[in-house]
Amino acid sequence: MTKQKVLLSSKEVNIILHRLTSQLIEKHEDFSNTVLIGIQPRGAFLAKRIKSLLEDFYKVPNVQLGLLDITFFRDDFRRGDKTLEANSTIIDFIVEDKNVIFIDDVLYTGRSISAALTAMQSFGRPKDIELLTLIDRRFSRHLPIQPNYKGRQVDVINEEKVVVKWAENDGEDTVYLISK
Amino acid sequence: MSELSVNHLLGIKYIQPEDIELIFQTADHFKEVINRPIKKVPSLRDITIANLFFENSTRTKLSFELAEKRLSADVVNFSAAQSSVKKGETLIDTVNNILSMKVDMVVMRHPNPGAGVFLSKHIGASIINAGDGAHEHPTQALLDSYSIRERLGEVAGKNVVIVGDILHSRVALSNIFALQKQGANVKICGPKTLIPKHIEKLGVSVETNLRKALEWADVANMLRIQNERLDISYFPSTREYTQQYGVTKDLLNSLDKEVVIMHPGPINRGVEITSDVADSDQAIILNQVENGVAIRMAVIYLLASKIK
Repeated sequence: MTKQKVLLSSKEVNIILHRLTSQLIEKHEDFSNTVLIGIQPRGAFLAKRIKSLLEDFYKVPNVQLGLLDITFFRDDFRRGDKTLEANSTIIDFIVEDKNVIFIDDVLYTGRSISAALTAMQSFGRPKDIELLTLIDRRFSRHLPIQPNYKGRQVDVINEEKVVVKWAENDGEDTVYLISK
Repeated sequence: MSELSVNHLLGIKYIQPEDIELIFQTADHFKEVINRPIKKVPSLRDITIANLFFENSTRTKLSFELAEKRLSADVVNFSAAQSSVKKGETLIDTVNNILSMKVDMVVMRHPNPGAGVFLSKHIGASIINAGDGAHEHPTQALLDSYSIRERLGEVAGKNVVIVGDILHSRVALSNIFALQKQGANVKICGPKTLIPKHIEKLGVSVETNLRKALEWADVANMLRIQNERLDISYFPSTREYTQQYGVTKDLLNSLDKEVVIMHPGPINRGVEITSDVADSDQAIILNQVENGVAIRMAVIYLLASKIK
């Protein structure tokens, strides 16, 4: 039987989104040389939220947001049972010499971010790349990758799963811990 | 659906409409990839592909090789002209020798119809048919449908006429299967001598008058007269063929609608279509070539992901 526990409520998610957005503004000010890249598929929701908070609430105009699909760059091709299904990549701006902020919902083994770093090379050479993640699963990294901005750090064993739900897609802003 | 129902692409006849849709969706992503500054992804870095061409090919071979390289696969090429086939080796022996060198996938063009199907029963590697005699050329049909979908939004319900040498054309047969599986209406047009008997049994209509066929069509796929396969005279002269079945700008302008013009290449300019038609906005011939790489990347990616 699966059990699910609320890790973050809608109110907590909202507070964290405001904090993360404020931290971004503290470092990147007017975003004139900074772009957001949401990692497909689940990072896209978080990235769009942060963009709209920046623009609508904190009045930072013209924040550039791209979506990056890493399917063809993953290192587990043919290692699972299923064909890896791709999503769209939409980056209609130049990343050369920009400060790039990768945005994903959960940081777990670090392999997705490693693939995203490789994928980014196809688009140019950014000035630097930072990582923002809503949930950081501590002690489960396979690679030396750490977030620059993190919403909540959690200690979760490998058998458990962290699921982030978004109102626009799943009807609620909640983070669940699901265990068997 | 997230994976193909087949382990080989031997012909459109053997795949499902859902397979075609999956290939198109995957090709959409690869089309974006090949328009990036760096057009290469590392997906297939542990896959080796042998391109076995027992018959001449320029664009198909180039297109497959580009697709393979953009997926980071290792590629070995083979063409019959410089091989032991000339010394009397059989097809299975040739292929097994190549597979002993740990090749995962075979892309094969062969002059004999059914060569791919035959090989798939005898070897373990995944096979893509790149044209077998006058039988099928599945990736060409896929890229043709994909190009129609790109230009007209969808393939279902569209009227497509295939004009020219239907008798010797593997492109025609694969296109008929592909278009029908996606719900398009297909008409065949050409001199009676170049239309196979009983082709109506495939569910296509036959028209010998080009103007009438074009008045009906949304898309015209103009096939090349395959002089190398014409063992006897099927029509009095090339000039007479052009007068009856060549598409000119005047003919297109006299129609009350815009017909999309396709051609699988190589074009005999001034025979099946004139230069001004081939270079006009109505023609999507170069889009077909570009889409060919994306479609082949999608087919190779989806088949390779089934290799265990």
